Amino acid sequence: MITAMMASSYNAKEEDGHHSGAAGHGGAGADKSRKPDNTAFKQQRLPAWQPILTAGTVLPAFFVIGLIFIPIGIGLYVTSNNIKEFEIDYTGVDSKSECYACARNFSWNSTTPCTCSMNFTLEQPFESNVFMYYGLSNFYQNHRRYVKSRDDSQLNGDPTALKDPSKECEPYRTSEGLPIAPCGAIANSLFNDTLELHYVDSNGTKVEIPLVKKGIAWWTDKHVKFRNPNGNTNLTVAFQGTSKPVNWGKPVYELDPLDPENNGFINEDFIVWMRTAALPTFRKLYRIIQKKSSTTPTLPSGRYILSITYNYPVLSFDGRKRMILSTISWMGGKNPFLGIAYITVGSICFFLGVVLLIIHHKYDNRNTSADIPN
Amino acid sequence: MEQLHWVRFRCQQLWAANHTQGWYSPPRPVSDKYSPQRSAGKRRTVLARWGPHQDEYHSISKSYRNNRIRTTKYTLLSFIPKNLFEQLHRVANIYFIFLAVLNFVPVVEAFNPEIALVPIILVLLVTALKDIWEDQRRFRSDREVNRLKCSVYSSKERDYIDCCWKDVHVGDFVRLSCNEIIPADMLLLHSSDPRGLCYIETANLDGETNLKQREVVSKMEEMEFVPEDFHWRIECENPNNNLCRFRGYMENPSGARVGLHNSNLLLRSCIIRNSEAVVGIVVYAGHETKAMMNNSGPRYKRSLLERRLNTDVLWCVLLLIVMCLTAAIGHGIWLKQLKNPIFEVGEETSPALAGFYVFWTMIIVLQVLIPISLYVSIEIVKLGQIYFIHNDVDLYNEHTDSRIQCRALNITEDLGQVQYIFSDKTGTLTENKMVFRRCSVYGVEYPHYDNGRGGAVLYKPVPAQCLGQCNMVCLPHNRAAKEVVPDCELVTKLSWLCAPDLNVAHSCAKASSSLELAFITDFFLTLAICNSVVVSSPAQSLNVLPQAQTPLRSLEEIKLMFQRFNLSALPALPTLPPPLKSSLYISTLDSVVHPVGVMDAPGEEEVPKLMFPEAAASEDAGAVEPEDTVLYEAESPDEAALVYAARAYHMTLKARSADSLQVELPTGGTVQVPLLHVLPFDSNRKRMSVVVRHPLTGQVVVYTKGADSVLMDLTRSPTGNQHTQKHLDSYAREGLRTLCIATKQTLEEEEYEVWLKTQLLAESSIENREELLLCSAQALETNLTLLGATGILDRLQEEVSETIEALQRADVKVWILTGDKQETAINIAFACKLLCPSDQLLTANCEDKVSSHPHVRTLELYNSQQESCAVLVQDFLHRVTCYVAGSVLVIDGHTLDWALQPELQGDFLELSKHCKAVICCRSTPLQKSQVVRLVRDKLKVMTLAVGDGANDVSMIQVADVGVGISGQEGMQAVMSSDFAISRFKHLRKLLLVHGHWCYTRLANMILYFIYKNVMYVNLLFWYQFFCGFSGNVMTNAWVLILFNLIFTSVPPLIYGVLDQDTPVDVLMAHPEFYQRTRTSKDYVSLMFWLNILDAFYQSLVCFFIPYFAYRDSDIGELSFGSPINASALFIILLHQVVESHTLTWIHGLVFLLSAGSYFAFVLLLSVFCVTCSPPTNPLGVETMQMSQPAFYLVCILTTVTALLPSSSLRSMELVRVHRAWKAHTVKQPH
Repeated sequence: MITAMMASSYNAKEEDGHHSGAAGHGGAGADKSRKPDNTAFKQQRLPAWQPILTAGTVLPAFFVIGLIFIPIGIGLYVTSNNIKEFEIDYTGVDSKSECYACARNFSWNSTTPCTCSMNFTLEQPFESNVFMYYGLSNFYQNHRRYVKSRDDSQLNGDPTALKDPSKECEPYRTSEGLPIAPCGAIANSLFNDTLELHYVDSNGTKVEIPLVKKGIAWWTDKHVKFRNPNGNTNLTVAFQGTSKPVNWGKPVYELDPLDPENNGFINEDFIVWMRTAALPTFRKLYRIIQKKSSTTPTLPSGRYILSITYNYPVLSFDGRKRMILSTISWMGGKNPFLGIAYITVGSICFFLGVVLLIIHHKYDNRNTSADIPN
Repeated sequence: MEQLHWVRFRCQQLWAANHTQGWYSPPRPVSDKYSPQRSAGKRRTVLARWGPHQDEYHSISKSYRNNRIRTTKYTLLSFIPKNLFEQLHRVANIYFIFLAVLNFVPVVEAFNPEIALVPIILVLLVTALKDIWEDQRRFRSDREVNRLKCSVYSSKERDYIDCCWKDVHVGDFVRLSCNEIIPADMLLLHSSDPRGLCYIETANLDGETNLKQREVVSKMEEMEFVPEDFHWRIECENPNNNLCRFRGYMENPSGARVGLHNSNLLLRSCIIRNSEAVVGIVVYAGHETKAMMNNSGPRYKRSLLERRLNTDVLWCVLLLIVMCLTAAIGHGIWLKQLKNPIFEVGEETSPALAGFYVFWTMIIVLQVLIPISLYVSIEIVKLGQIYFIHNDVDLYNEHTDSRIQCRALNITEDLGQVQYIFSDKTGTLTENKMVFRRCSVYGVEYPHYDNGRGGAVLYKPVPAQCLGQCNMVCLPHNRAAKEVVPDCELVTKLSWLCAPDLNVAHSCAKASSSLELAFITDFFLTLAICNSVVVSSPAQSLNVLPQAQTPLRSLEEIKLMFQRFNLSALPALPTLPPPLKSSLYISTLDSVVHPVGVMDAPGEEEVPKLMFPEAAASEDAGAVEPEDTVLYEAESPDEAALVYAARAYHMTLKARSADSLQVELPTGGTVQVPLLHVLPFDSNRKRMSVVVRHPLTGQVVVYTKGADSVLMDLTRSPTGNQHTQKHLDSYAREGLRTLCIATKQTLEEEEYEVWLKTQLLAESSIENREELLLCSAQALETNLTLLGATGILDRLQEEVSETIEALQRADVKVWILTGDKQETAINIAFACKLLCPSDQLLTANCEDKVSSHPHVRTLELYNSQQESCAVLVQDFLHRVTCYVAGSVLVIDGHTLDWALQPELQGDFLELSKHCKAVICCRSTPLQKSQVVRLVRDKLKVMTLAVGDGANDVSMIQVADVGVGISGQEGMQAVMSSDFAISRFKHLRKLLLVHGHWCYTRLANMILYFIYKNVMYVNLLFWYQFFCGFSGNVMTNAWVLILFNLIFTSVPPLIYGVLDQDTPVDVLMAHPEFYQRTRTSKDYVSLMFWLNILDAFYQSLVCFFIPYFAYRDSDIGELSFGSPINASALFIILLHQVVESHTLTWIHGLVFLLSAGSYFAFVLLLSVFCVTCSPPTNPLGVETMQMSQPAFYLVCILTTVTALLPSSSLRSMELVRVHRAWKAHTVKQPH
């Protein structure tokens, strides 16, 4: 009783700036003991697992990691090595390059497109579906102000955003008093080279290789994120009252006039471009070359001609343009890094396991009556 | 209930960020608004509200607050502005706001404005919610209190009517009955008690459960109290928070003044006990009451770790600035090299300016690097730690049913750092259960051998029914103190007093002088009456003074006997005492024979055993209590012990009132001793005195008891003081507490009258009252006659020596600071194994009373000349420095004064640093705190002070960690402490286990927290190298902000609350492990930098493995961030698994929830977030990534690689630690 009173009065005292002195205090807890519950939790005796405590658990862990990682690494390396990839730079830096002239005389305003073509040879046939990429280097698509310069609502087909794009799009928000659709720097800088691929068969005739331009964008982007205003009905009407981006040669509703499913904001080239790349050297999927039959390779080995409609200037900022042909595997494109890394890390683990084993062994023998660790 | 409270206070402090300076904040006044009225000058005048001076009343009392209290901070209207204002000037919040505002500047904007606002809004919201909740509680309890009823006099009804507390005004008459709570500070004007007394229990105020006596304003009890006619004008001090002081006077229209003092004041929130009804006039109400003004918030101390943490936070700031500068410069250079890029947005800015903008952008992006949320997390962790300390069953005391109280909530980890413990002796090391052990009267020693044998009885558990009876409260120690077995020789001598006829008495008295008998009688009379104990008896109500019992012997005989003794004893007395008024000592003669205590065979031979049947019985039966026993409630256990000792010799204090005491004499008669004055004990005089009119001689007599050091100088003894001094010394050597008993019987009436005047003057003065009272007391306490001395035993608490040994093994230095005598202190030090016989004892003692201890080699300092003391102390300190190795320094108060002089401080510390222990005896409370402060400041060590009494309060407050022991001496020490324990032995687990744990937990948690932030933020930093240092991020802004705020915020808390780096049994058995924490091995800058390094390494791995894996692919920005984020989460969580020493299901659950919440959030976002959170719109990103095997391969590789170094290092260390434990367990199986 006494202590209960003391305790409760102490409580009353503790009430910040408040001294109730109310009668309720005296009685509270007068009967029951204030002894703390003797539970495992309150007494901090919960059964606990001490991780990595003995050599018996540490060493096997290292060995096991090593043993798992090395085969994975080998598998990845082999998979990556089986991927066929071909890359060709068509920037035209070198004066010997076919595209040198186009690269030199570039102007956004020129009405006549400059074309050039490059020859290349595939040493090995590409068996499965081939993905055709364009690659840009030193192109900072991840620059903060560049990344911001878009209006997702407008791209989603929001009619108000179409007429009144987000301020983030400045200075590519309006042009000549009209709102730009699609607004912003990303859209404005849309990659607009046209690439065509011809196979030169043994007789020397050029066979155009069919390039599929649909299916290159993410499903969610194509169907959810990007929408034309007023659906896909007459886009010319839908985009009336808007202006084309400054650098574009044609308005957005003429991106693919033949296919209404690939026109306007839902043009897949446009969508792919709008998904900004993570790193300054990147590639973007351009076309897919579908495998025609199981017997013939998609791209047989031999000579090819890449025809380029050279529209896109990169030389001013030391950029490069590439065309990449690649097959892909279950883990993506060609990249030996993961495989090598797995093998390396696995080996390190194995090695560490051995080292620890030795240390453990030595320590055990030398010092069985260890002192307090300091 | 209590838990709720501490949670509440933890929360309060949690958000109070403006507590950066100082050791602990001084108690702040409730609010400026409630500060006392200064306009009325230094005094306040109070008139009766319904009295004759109505007009004046209204003009005066306008400015006084009424009794309504409002402790809420806010009203409905003021909440939003006031709360916002309060929150907005806290440092942490300012940082958040700064970032949020920065984000609104377009050129540096990093995220969408709404995202940047998330942290600050979250913080403000949580704080506001907590404030509302808290204020609501206050409001409710305010309302409850304000609506309490009390009966207040109303002039309309001409009676007392029920009234709410809030409607009570200054000047109201309030009538209270038993067990009612006092609504406001009131002057006691009327009590149903005929003596004008009333008792209050102040437990609500200061936690002391003993009853305090209050008395009606003098002169008021004589007249009938009629509220209508109350025409006195009360002048008193302005409201202040001093609970023990109240001064003022009451003046009636004719100008007569009556002094008012503390014992007239009934304090708000105390409870009336043992009084039928009292009436008082309200002088202070509401917030001006002493109780309300005394409410200070909880203590805030800053722990060492927190202070060190600040430097590391500064390092983080530096790191942030470096990173931002790097980005700024990098951006500038990058921009300079660019020529007309296609991705350039907007007009060209100069590289320098763009770099400058990027600097600020980066500060927003990398804001998490400054662990502002760490402060909040630390507070929460400490809350959890305190929860576990509070719930430790080992720190629970069955006897008093008390747990440890954690009062300062934020210095748990300091418990793990203590290097010096300053301990009080009495009540801290010892039980403070005083047992009367020996006494010396008239130079003759009475060893009380039987008393020693009875000691076993003391350990019998206190029966529950003793704890509380009726309204009256008896403390357990009373029971122990009661069991005094009288000394045979003394009993024999005393029995002569009761010899049936004078001849026999005379013949017996030949054996010893009658003077000696007189001394013995006076000695025990002093023990019985010179005190402030409250007498209560279960059979009788306190406020009725029992009728004097019938003496068995005729009064005449007693009188004759006393006269005879007095005549021979004190020849200076007038030959015959003045005729006594019968009313002075015997009120009635009653025919009822009192059944117990005194034999009733007048004609028998005087056989001591027969004279004291009770004593004989108690020898056999120990604790058998006579039925009609009185109980004593004393302020200090010593007093109770002495009163019980006197009772054992049948000098029984039966009852006391304000002006008289009723004492049963050994002869069987009960006399009433008119009490003229009590000069209470104070630490300056070190003695207390009562002035009484001797019941038989009628003379004014002063009885004094006090510390031998002061009383020996003030007294003389007919047999000389040497014998007594010898006995005192031997008592002290046995470890007994000594007191001297003296009297002054030579006080002439005229002399008394003169003194009385000065005393009354002193009592009624408002200014300088204390000084005047002291002078007056000193004037009276001169020329005393030494009656004898007592030795009181104070038993050591259980497991004290084990605890001290463990602490010393833990390399903690234990100092004893006590007010006791040197010999007593040394003895206790031996008993608790602080000293062992082989130790060299260095005694620094300026006085000439140095006695060497038999067991030790002693180096002594002799000096009686005060002037040269300083030189000698200096000399001493220099001289002995070469001797010290494992020696113990004993220093007394006088010498300590010199040693604490600025010139000698250094030497003193140097010496004491080399000593195993230091014992400071005879030290004053001030010295105690000076010593602690000196050690704390000069040696820069963590100090802990532990004590139980009011004299330890200053020391407890000065020390880094103050521990109060809730013992026998009230709650003052507990009130000022940071931790309150009930036994000294609890210190062992508190420090060795909880201190160790709390420290390592917190240190590791902080390191982990910083690691976590640095690791995550660096990922963003590395990305800058690939986005032209433009301040872009590869993650959705929401995920980025919430990553630290939510997804990874709980694991560190769990880590900080639950981790156990060493099991409890190892810590208890091997105090050496404490050194590890004490020397801060876990949180040195090396560890900090190692952690930073590890964080850098992990972030490099975590960024560059995905980088190389996705390089030159068609990876999008957010798709690139996705595996990085996921692996960062895994790494951060698993890093904790590696760092944790224990993992329980709670850890598992928290990890699962953390990871689960992250993945749930990002997946939901990637499914439903169609156009939200531009420019980092996450639609489809995570679903796409998680459908690809590469994501998992990257995550696994990243996580394993990142954790490889830390886990292998850790495993090696743990193997080593485990081996050490095993080695210990083998050595000492437990």
